[in-house]
Amino acid sequence: MAGRNLNQTALHIPDGYLSPATCAALYAGAAPFWYVSLQRMKRAFNTQMVPLLSVFAAFSFIIMMFNLPLPGGTTGHAVGVGIATIVLGPWASILGISIALIIQAVFFGDGGITAIGANCFNMAVIGSLATYAIYRVLAGRASITSARRVIAAGVAGYVAINLAALAAAIEFGIQPLLYHDASGAPLYAPYPLRIAIPAMMIGHLTIAGLAEMVVSAGVVAYLQRSEPALLKRTAPGAAESSAAVGSLRHLWFALAALLILTPLGILATGSAWGEAPLAQAPRGLRALSSFWTAPMPRYAPPFLKSPAFGYLLSAMTGTGLILLVVLLTGWLTRGRAGSRGLTK
Amino acid sequence: MSGYIERTIASLVAASERAAIAEQVAFSEGALQRVDPRVKVAGLFALIVVVAASRRLSVIAALFVIAAILAAASHVRMRRLAGWVWLPVLFFTGAIALPAIFLTPGHAVASLGITAITEQGLRAAAFLIGRAETASTLSALLVLTTPWPWVLKALRIFRCPMIVVAILGMTYRYIFVILQTALEMFEARQSRTVGVLPPSERRRLASSAAGVLLSKSVQMSGEVHQAMRSRGFRGEIHLLQDFRARATDWCWLAGFGLVAAASLWYGR
Repeated sequence: MAGRNLNQTALHIPDGYLSPATCAALYAGAAPFWYVSLQRMKRAFNTQMVPLLSVFAAFSFIIMMFNLPLPGGTTGHAVGVGIATIVLGPWASILGISIALIIQAVFFGDGGITAIGANCFNMAVIGSLATYAIYRVLAGRASITSARRVIAAGVAGYVAINLAALAAAIEFGIQPLLYHDASGAPLYAPYPLRIAIPAMMIGHLTIAGLAEMVVSAGVVAYLQRSEPALLKRTAPGAAESSAAVGSLRHLWFALAALLILTPLGILATGSAWGEAPLAQAPRGLRALSSFWTAPMPRYAPPFLKSPAFGYLLSAMTGTGLILLVVLLTGWLTRGRAGSRGLTK
Repeated sequence: MSGYIERTIASLVAASERAAIAEQVAFSEGALQRVDPRVKVAGLFALIVVVAASRRLSVIAALFVIAAILAAASHVRMRRLAGWVWLPVLFFTGAIALPAIFLTPGHAVASLGITAITEQGLRAAAFLIGRAETASTLSALLVLTTPWPWVLKALRIFRCPMIVVAILGMTYRYIFVILQTALEMFEARQSRTVGVLPPSERRRLASSAAGVLLSKSVQMSGEVHQAMRSRGFRGEIHLLQDFRARATDWCWLAGFGLVAAASLWYGR
């Protein structure tokens, strides 16, 4: 079933590249992370763990098959570890990506069966933990819809996949030092560290890393627009939407500016169109005019002598009253919704 | 690059077709198909480990011949094996191994001007290609002669936790569900696309497709969970163990054991 693709297998170590001892050591290295992930997932998700991990591992598997167009005209394949970590968290990502890698190795021949431990250690363990650490540090407390999160996701995916490639390069590079026959011929991966590291890193710093960056950043940007709730698991303490806060702040500034500029109305000559003097009003309306006396008639409170200051005070009072009504309505509405929730 | 969507569709279809053919071959009446899956998993895995451990090219070559004979006896076509395993592995590992014949220091067997092919380099390349080809053939034999659910059940002999076996089984099933969804998404997009998409648009398309697929996967996992709960799933996993080893299976196990032990002995 080895429908192999050169880009896809660049990080999937096949059988025969690593010695059995190295493979065993990397199985042992990955095992504690699998155990801890499984325990944490059981605690966090209980019965939901099996379907969640299954479907996400299947998703990661399919994402690895996507042919991604990259800048420069080439194409590449992503591992999907960046987006899996950002959406599910590092522990679920370790398990999900590992399961996808096991199925790839056993059923589709991408990566060796003896190298499953190595591939899982590099891509699932190092990839997930590195993505999580970098994403959390770079994204900080930025809001879910912030552009900073898109950049953080791209950088985290890019760095994580390159760290995984570096680990694989080191594993390749130590083989000729440790394992060779009597004539000196290397028994496994034949290149020393000085060749293995640049050979692996050039491809990953340019193509595979970019592919992971495109998928991680692109999917986070998409989820910000369509399903921001999916990004909340790895964004504890994220600020409220910066766009909303920003636009609200602008509104406050605009409102303050308008309040200050209200006395400009006095400078205009004549009266505003449609504001007819009371003498010209119909007789019926004139009769009703004494029914209610405004506390600040004609925007000029009687206790103030300066018309400009009177205008300003009227604007502030009007705005304040409107805000008070809005806040009171909001408070009453929330109170009712809360009481409904409690009685459910 | 006009065929970006077409190429993505082609790779998704190819994966489905290969899985379908593998399942078809796995249910045919070949030699390995009749063997108890537990014996096959243990035996073929032992041979793969021996291939990795062997320090003699002759032993690796002998195991490759044994794998090819087993494939022929199990109705696995040589052309299919060559197309799916041998040639891709040869191209991939060959490309990696080729510089080694010049770069590995040692006794020069042929001079090419400024560089030379060394004996140690040739041996290193032969080890790498031989191991990769033989191990890939053996692992391909396992999935081409055993239905996937049986491979998973057989993993229990390695004390693989039941929950992991269940997740692997469900993952395999949902791979094809999500594969079908992805295929339909790209086909729908293909039917609405006229002309050549610019590179930035192709990247946007790939990212959006991945995002949509992610949303659908999350939704699907919730629905699957609800369906499992409604059928009484409370977190405990039970697997039906209906394998029965016959006398011939014990013979196969002995055969695998003998070949593995002999190869390990001669290949040390």
